[in-house]
Amino acid sequence: MLNNWFPNVIWENIWLATKETLYMSGIALLATFILGIVLGLLLFLTSKGQMWESKFINVIVSAVVNIFRSIPFIILLILLIPFTIIVVGSMLGAKAALPALIIGAAPFYARMVEIGLREVDKGVIEAARSMGAKTSTIIFKVLLPESMPALVSGITVTAIALIGYTAMAGAIGAGGLGDLAYKEGFQRSKNDVTMLATILILLIVFVIQFIGDFITSKLDKR
Amino acid sequence: MITLSKVSKVFGTRSLKSQPIKAVDEVNLTIDKGEIFGIIGYSGAGKSTLIRMLNGLETPSTGSVVVAGNTISSIKGRNLRKARQEISMIFQHFNLLWSRTVHDNIAFPLEIAGVKKSERQKRVNELIKLVGLEGRENAYPSQLSGGQKQRVGIARALANNPKVLLCDEATSALDPQTTDSILELLVDINKRLGLTIVLITHEMHVIRKICHRVAVMEGGRMVEQGPVLDVFKNPTAQITKRFVQQVTEPEETKDTVAHLLENYPQGKVVQLTFVGENTESPLITKLIRNFQLDVNIVQGKISQTQNGSYGTLFIHMDGTDEEIAHAITFIKEQQVGVEVISDAE
Repeated sequence: MLNNWFPNVIWENIWLATKETLYMSGIALLATFILGIVLGLLLFLTSKGQMWESKFINVIVSAVVNIFRSIPFIILLILLIPFTIIVVGSMLGAKAALPALIIGAAPFYARMVEIGLREVDKGVIEAARSMGAKTSTIIFKVLLPESMPALVSGITVTAIALIGYTAMAGAIGAGGLGDLAYKEGFQRSKNDVTMLATILILLIVFVIQFIGDFITSKLDKR
Repeated sequence: MITLSKVSKVFGTRSLKSQPIKAVDEVNLTIDKGEIFGIIGYSGAGKSTLIRMLNGLETPSTGSVVVAGNTISSIKGRNLRKARQEISMIFQHFNLLWSRTVHDNIAFPLEIAGVKKSERQKRVNELIKLVGLEGRENAYPSQLSGGQKQRVGIARALANNPKVLLCDEATSALDPQTTDSILELLVDINKRLGLTIVLITHEMHVIRKICHRVAVMEGGRMVEQGPVLDVFKNPTAQITKRFVQQVTEPEETKDTVAHLLENYPQGKVVQLTFVGENTESPLITKLIRNFQLDVNIVQGKISQTQNGSYGTLFIHMDGTDEEIAHAITFIKEQQVGVEVISDAE
């Protein structure tokens, strides 16, 4: 029956493209999560009145984050080609999309992390300080656990944005569902391929949103 | 236990136009071991800043702060963190970690101090019993009432066996009944563990109920300090008088006295203040027997403090001026404070 609905679809290609999309988004998401938290913490801790208050570092990190967040992703992909060749050794394939995906998504997530950390009750941080906690203890036992629902809902939003980015990364030969929809579906006028790729991307997004919402609500004990 | 000498804190302002704010101004203070010391003042009096200098959350601009042998005002880093484990703090808004259960919240300072897990478990159980939260170990703060949250706060503060407990408006967010139960818990802890307690509040009720000594702050300055009963007996500063009135006079006193002065232009309305043992002597009976006077009791109240009771009584005396003057002299001889009220102010 499926073959009647999608006559032009080569299932092997669809499967391969789905795997590529999941691979690109998965690895990029993991790296974005870590890098975003590090940058977000840096933004938060160096801001005014915080433990590592430093206008200099804050302004620099802030500027870097804003610049990479502002460049349209498709342009960032092209700009990063030389960098990608140095790091990955090639500019083709799913792996080659990773640097751009991470550099595009991490600053976006870093801002969300910063907002999440700002919402941690100042009194609780003060209480931890009054108990003689080190900054590292405050980070790992107060700031991150207390902002975890915000961090998780932020990474959910970022993950969905990343899926969108992977589709664009197809344009520089990274593969994936976006690439398939464009080259197979659009350029060869096989609308059913485009349709199926879209459905699959939607499915992935729904699943991510569902998991993200579920974890967030489980974590939030407020 | 705690010594503050010439402590000032100035908050600089960024803009050049506005003057720097002097939050605490040349405060000298000594608090003894095992004492419950209260600092009272309205908001903005500098009491929050002052208490935060006791554990180094704020550093004084000038002067020195010594707590439990550590010069808090000058130590930094590891030493300060170590010293803070001996100076605990509880807060108006409890400041519990919502992501941790009651048990884990109480265990938090123990984790900071590097106590082993098995010992942590034991200590947390002891503390839960001490503050009366058995059965709530696995609840999250959001599932607790305000009073229970503050009990968790107290248990958490006691975890590392501190020498000093700082209470930052610890009962201001609680209803009167819960306030009383928390205050009783603090007195109990003070007696049982010999803990020195410093508390700041804007409620004289709290001072009256549990403090041994009190200091009154206004505009960053310490305008008055002494044993609670003495301050109740002889408040000198205007602000202290107002605070004392909060607890010694029922709210409607002013109206009643005004009404009385209006209706009975003859005679005198007199405020008597009793302290300690003489609160229980039959003064009024003696007055009526010895003098040709009509005595009418207008209003009265007796308050218990940690070092004795304190009472005020408003009476209206009617008779000849001479007789009234004699009566007043007599009352003074009985070690009772007398103040003739001429108008309701």
